[in-house]
Amino acid sequence: MTLQAYQEKAAACWAGCQQKHASLMANPNLSGGQKLAVHYFTVAMVLFMAQLLFGLLAGLQFIFPSFLYEILDFNVNRMVHINAMVVWMLYGFLGSVYWFLEDESGVEIVGLKWGQLAFWVLTGAVTIVVLVYLLIQIGSGTDTSLWLINEGREYIEAPRWADIGIVVVVLTFFYNVAATFAKGKWSGIAGVLTLDLVALAGLYLAGMFYVTNISVDQYWWWWVIHLWVEATWEVLVGCIMAWSLMKLLGVRRKVVQTWLYIEVALMFGSGILGLGHHYFWIGTPEYWFTIGGFFSALEPIPLVAMVVHSIYDAGAHKFKNSNHPALAWIIAHAFGNFLGAGVWGFMHTLPQINLYTHGTQWSASHGHLAFFGAYATINIAFFYLAAQQARGNVWMGGELVNGWRWKTAAVLLNLGVMGMTIALLIAGYEQSFIERAVEGSTWAGYFAAQNHPWFMQAMVWRMVFGLMTAAGGGLLFWDLLEIGKGEQRPAAVIDSEAVNP
Amino acid sequence: MTEQSPPRWASETFWKKTAIWVTGGSFVLLVILSFDSMKQISAGGPRVPAYSVINKDVSYRFDKAKQRYQPTIGNDAPLFGKTLSEEEAEKLVDHGKKTVQAKNCMNCHTLLGNGAYFAPDLTKAWLDQGWGAKESREQMMVNFLLDPEKNARTYGSNRKMPNLDITPPEAEAIVAFLKWMSSIDTNGFPHNFIALGEEDK
Repeated sequence: MTLQAYQEKAAACWAGCQQKHASLMANPNLSGGQKLAVHYFTVAMVLFMAQLLFGLLAGLQFIFPSFLYEILDFNVNRMVHINAMVVWMLYGFLGSVYWFLEDESGVEIVGLKWGQLAFWVLTGAVTIVVLVYLLIQIGSGTDTSLWLINEGREYIEAPRWADIGIVVVVLTFFYNVAATFAKGKWSGIAGVLTLDLVALAGLYLAGMFYVTNISVDQYWWWWVIHLWVEATWEVLVGCIMAWSLMKLLGVRRKVVQTWLYIEVALMFGSGILGLGHHYFWIGTPEYWFTIGGFFSALEPIPLVAMVVHSIYDAGAHKFKNSNHPALAWIIAHAFGNFLGAGVWGFMHTLPQINLYTHGTQWSASHGHLAFFGAYATINIAFFYLAAQQARGNVWMGGELVNGWRWKTAAVLLNLGVMGMTIALLIAGYEQSFIERAVEGSTWAGYFAAQNHPWFMQAMVWRMVFGLMTAAGGGLLFWDLLEIGKGEQRPAAVIDSEAVNP
Repeated sequence: MTEQSPPRWASETFWKKTAIWVTGGSFVLLVILSFDSMKQISAGGPRVPAYSVINKDVSYRFDKAKQRYQPTIGNDAPLFGKTLSEEEAEKLVDHGKKTVQAKNCMNCHTLLGNGAYFAPDLTKAWLDQGWGAKESREQMMVNFLLDPEKNARTYGSNRKMPNLDITPPEAEAIVAFLKWMSSIDTNGFPHNFIALGEEDK
């Protein structure tokens, strides 16, 4: 293709995007906050696709180590894979909150213009960061590299300039949320959400400085990673879940809010000191064995409570709901969160086993199921709620036109992630035994485990299930673009709770 | 059916107060523990040696009383034949740490067991038997970092470290950082690791 043909193609693509954007902004079915939410959801889905693509590339490099060698090395693919994940999840959460903010507060969003500006600033910054990751990749061992290219700290690799941008955007988001609730109604959900956002933004600051001492570095790094993923994100998702159970099933506010408080108590009660399970081996004192072991063993309890809560609500309402795909994904969330974050985390959290599993494919197995089960699922549920509303609050119950699509996507994604999780678990067991227990963690021991047929087979199976996940992701994207188009039936009306609590 | 108010233990207000107290209490405890941990893990403290430890022989041995492996600090063994002051050592280790971050090592390797799992853990890389002998270790490490493709150590896996344009001063700094990191008391992680020179002990 000539340069001119490329330019024409790009111009046509840009015109298409502008047209889509104009029609979204003119959509009479959506409030201002919901239009902004759709922007966030769209970028989230694009980043989800990027996560899948770079995950496949990194997975392939385990099987074919020469693949893309010194072009896109494993560290680059893996970094884009996990960063795209963190960012698409945050986009999903921000979008979900913008989605229900007006409904929950009863007033229009205060300072929506700032929120819109923040979205474009954040998206621009994310684009630049990803381009730098891919094209420049690494720098020399100087402060400049950490400020402009890559901070080199897993999950929060974004260079410092982008960190500052993220904080500014999150503060704008916080202003939108707090000011809107202050102007309208304060509910239990509003209170928990606002305080949780303060913690979420504050914790990010703990990851924004450089120190020479790696023990101190990892101490604060875990404040960001653990206290986001195993505490504040869980509570944020609890707020999102509470609101969606009211909307989808018609559960009474008093019931969901009481559950929300129970979950906050259990989640923070176990999760804050559960942070100690990351402080077993980084140079930190021995008392973290007891504190980390005990509290992290309690971490599955709130997740069990969430499963009980959702099953009770769904059963009490005889599964009558207004959006089948969204409810299916909420059920996937309840089980996935419990299994991935709860069971898989618990299995290797006590120091007596963690001594052998720490830093092996065990963590990868847990990470895949936990992030998917706890966060990807709830975001996807919200994407379906948004698609329904955006297309005129149309029918999304049984006998949907092309209903096979969302069902197949859900099956492929859930089976795919579960399959990858099991494959990585097998690799993790093998690595813990051979590299750690038998060979004593030397480099020779590491490679003895990596070269073992059990490990290699597990990597091939991970790839097979990874492809299944990617196929599910693609189908999901297509379905979200199409579902509800041309549907004439209105959405099922769900009465507010009629059953006894 | 008439609505009955739930028992106190199931009421919204009870759980709201519980949530606030539990969260506040846990956070205060975490802050107190963090102050203590910072005291214990500052360089030169009881668990993390001062940077000038790179002037000494560092090893890793099984401690019978504690029933776990522990770093040991031995006689003088200056890195690259130069004894450094505390400030010089800190500067060198700092350069190494910055290079490790800027080269994105953590997305292939693990450090203190954290990172990615495509390449070996670096916690005790300085002490690994793969370097053959203590005398040639420093130079082998530098050579490897400068040209990892030519000096590849794949152990039959065909997984090679890419060339990361590491300069000679950066390579020496990385080695200093790895030597210092190997002296951190990691509560016996990794277990059963036999350090270079400890094979017969």
